[in-house]
Amino acid sequence: MATKNKKLNLKDRYQYLTRDMAWEPTYQDKKDIFPDEDFEGIKITDWSQWEDPFRLTMDAYWKYQAEKEKKLYAIFDAFAQNNGHQNISDARYVNALKLFLSGVSPLEHAAFQGYAKVGRQFSGAGARVACQMQAIDELRHSQTQQHAMSHYNKHFNGLHDAAHMHDRVWFLSVPKSFFDDARSAGPFEFLTAISFSFEYVLTNLLFVPFMSGAAYNGDMATVTFGFSAQSDEARHMTLGLEVIKFILEQHEDNVPIVQRWIDKWFWRGFRLLSLVGMMMDYMLPKKVMSWSEAWEMYYEQNGGALFKDLERYGIRPPKYQDVANDAKNHVSHQAWSTFYQYSQATNFHTWMPEKEEMDWLSQKYPDTFDKYYRPRFEHWDKEHAEGRRFYNNTLPQLCQVCQIPTIFTEKDDPTMLSHRQIVHEGERFHFCSDGCCDIFKHEPEKYVQAWLPVHQIYQGNCEGEDVETVVSKYYHINIGEDNFEYIGSPDHKRWLAIKGESGGNKADSTDQDAA
Amino acid sequence: MSIEIKTNSAEPIRHTFGHIARRFGDKPASRYQEASYDLEAKTNFHYRPLWDSKHTLNDPTRTAVQMEDWYAVTDPRQFYYGAYVGNRAKMQESADTSFSFCDKRNLLTRLPESTQKQLLRLLVPLRHVELGANMNNSKIAGDVNATTVSQMHIYQAMDRLGMGQYLSRIALMLDGSTGTGLDESKGYWMDDGLWQPMRKLVEDTLVVDDWFELTLVQNILIDGLMYPLVYEKMDQWLGENGAEDVSMLTEFMRDWYKESLRWTNAMMKAVVGESEANAKLIQSWVDQWEPQAYKALTPLAETTVGTEALDEIRAQLTTRLNKFGLQQSQGVAA
Amino acid sequence: MSQLVFIAFQDNDNARYLVEAIQEDNPRAEVQHQPAMIRIQAEKRLVINRETMEEKLGREWDVQEMLVDVISIGGNVDEDDDHFILEWN
Repeated sequence: MATKNKKLNLKDRYQYLTRDMAWEPTYQDKKDIFPDEDFEGIKITDWSQWEDPFRLTMDAYWKYQAEKEKKLYAIFDAFAQNNGHQNISDARYVNALKLFLSGVSPLEHAAFQGYAKVGRQFSGAGARVACQMQAIDELRHSQTQQHAMSHYNKHFNGLHDAAHMHDRVWFLSVPKSFFDDARSAGPFEFLTAISFSFEYVLTNLLFVPFMSGAAYNGDMATVTFGFSAQSDEARHMTLGLEVIKFILEQHEDNVPIVQRWIDKWFWRGFRLLSLVGMMMDYMLPKKVMSWSEAWEMYYEQNGGALFKDLERYGIRPPKYQDVANDAKNHVSHQAWSTFYQYSQATNFHTWMPEKEEMDWLSQKYPDTFDKYYRPRFEHWDKEHAEGRRFYNNTLPQLCQVCQIPTIFTEKDDPTMLSHRQIVHEGERFHFCSDGCCDIFKHEPEKYVQAWLPVHQIYQGNCEGEDVETVVSKYYHINIGEDNFEYIGSPDHKRWLAIKGESGGNKADSTDQDAA
Repeated sequence: MSIEIKTNSAEPIRHTFGHIARRFGDKPASRYQEASYDLEAKTNFHYRPLWDSKHTLNDPTRTAVQMEDWYAVTDPRQFYYGAYVGNRAKMQESADTSFSFCDKRNLLTRLPESTQKQLLRLLVPLRHVELGANMNNSKIAGDVNATTVSQMHIYQAMDRLGMGQYLSRIALMLDGSTGTGLDESKGYWMDDGLWQPMRKLVEDTLVVDDWFELTLVQNILIDGLMYPLVYEKMDQWLGENGAEDVSMLTEFMRDWYKESLRWTNAMMKAVVGESEANAKLIQSWVDQWEPQAYKALTPLAETTVGTEALDEIRAQLTTRLNKFGLQQSQGVAA
Repeated sequence: MSQLVFIAFQDNDNARYLVEAIQEDNPRAEVQHQPAMIRIQAEKRLVINRETMEEKLGREWDVQEMLVDVISIGGNVDEDDDHFILEWN
């Protein structure tokens, strides 16, 4: 054959191996093939301008991913065979995993479904392929997390019914509604929400310092799946940034739409991450970095650089970023206080930090911890020591948007709870913040639909009206095993038995616990 | 006493997750089981999709086919992600060896010009069919709830992309990696009468909304005729016409198709066997689509191996449909 | 305000070569060791060159091999056969 033309470079070659397989349809109307591409108002004038975020053909994908999986499963096997759960720093740590498996892993599965969907919705083949690759990656994460937790589930409580709980338990409606919100949006908003705002701007906060913390706490299985998943995340983050740049470059009318999505999804993501903040500051017995330090490094520094880069498109940093930055010194303490009070209705245990941990928190949060939180915690600790472990039996008011109890405080006054409300079509709705209230105001018809767990309990939709019935029957939380205070829990007793046997001389005091 | 403590603390308190135990009992579960059952959200969805307000998220009525429990459909290969990529990594390694071998020895560019042209006209355009199949399977993966079913379709989607890429690389080998061969081949796909019924069929599948109808049309009916025609009959024909070296470049597809029959057969048996209503509905889709798939492939068969070969394959497909409890399509009877 | 790009790797044998190569080609990059991971940041730009890596490893190295060990990145990505660049505009 004549080969006068120039050899393709890597980029063009990849285009031939992906988007060039697509064609302009003539037998069916393009609008019927891609019916979901226009309704959000995003204008795409030329899909050929799409920059492939990474140029991985399927053969390379299979090869590298198989290599990663091989390493990962070798470690899972070793971890289980050697009873690796006995080597973690302290069994309190496992409670972070319970929260992870019931709060985060179901999101990985929802992400798989969401990316498979948008992997079909776009008329640009380059974007479709990138989304499909992320879909199968997310399936991977969902499955490797089940496998990583499988061994823990055999030795600790609270990990036994994650997906069931995710659909029902009060605080799990926070992550669930977050992803439902993204999946029920159009394809461009989905990518702005998940690929950009969540993956690019915020997931580092979940996966990098927390997983590093898992390693520090001796959890080989979790750090391995966490970092192995993150190696896919580097591709996903690149997709997130390319998507945003592409949409913004396509048409100036897209800028205000994208800006509003960035504002919305930054805020929703920030609220969701309150849970991660408390995992880092309170649930890792050996600490790597504080939530506030992680926020500074991964949001203020990295996010700052990112939004500076996006300035040229007319994009500004997310609205209420100042509120979020200020809150870095509060959210983890406020969230932990809340979960401490409502441990009767969670699949994990809570506890008051030990003295050295309180001291660490004082040091990491010099302006807030001693002033606002330590006295309350010491009081609860004392109450507990005197046989009056505090539980709050009044169900909390939830925010209509983020669905977190309205526990957060005003930016300029940490002693004042932040609360907003509006009346929409004759009905009053409550919010935790201006951020959430704004989101509601823009799409009230969406957020009035929210399945608010507390409302649902009161309306009798959760197999019972008293908390105990709801918790045991509807949530599948085993009362006295999964929930309540950590000290004295079956997990705690089992852990003492494990340590007793390795410590030898402690056996006397623990044989009763082990029985 | 201390021995007893040891036993107590190392002894598991349960053997698997609750949702797995409810299906299989509390005993050690396989990796496939823990990765594949009841992971998806099932209830209490917060918002209706803006792109389809008639349905909820994860709505089981996105197909008219009804199953008491979609988890009755399982993968005989027991592919969860790790097992899947491990398997494909091996397959790609051997494909890679073949492609390098062919490339180094110029096995394709040594072929007569007319044979090279035939490859660009008769084989390479199938990369577009693969992309259509990729889109359809991704749609299905996004619409299905049961993970046993959705994961098979996302694997299928990625496989189709990969095979489209292998077909494209055949053209890149022919054109010296310039893309001219792919451009030429795409021209046939767009304008050559030989491909128009097929292109129309693929475009028609892209507007099918019911995901089970779509998996039937794509993964059973079209593939059921196309793969044996192209990768068995045409492969032989190409060999007889001096292009036997191409065969090593399509080995992946032959292995792949043989393997894919395992899950498509299992799925069809389970779903058709579930109820009379399912059988009736699916039969109506077979009647509607099977003749179209046959017609779409007829020009390719006429130009290469002859229509008898396609009829033979059609008879094999009918035998397969019978095994599921379905009949030959009315198109065959006519 | 400074604009830092960064890349983080799992702390394993592959990473040692990557870190060495990065340090050589980006003398101002800052290397941070954290449990199980290594994070490298630099003002505006960070480059990984195939050539440097191949020198370190004594074998051929495909830029995409790095995908196996990378944990996270910050910055616009520019990837081709010869390099992987992270950059802020």
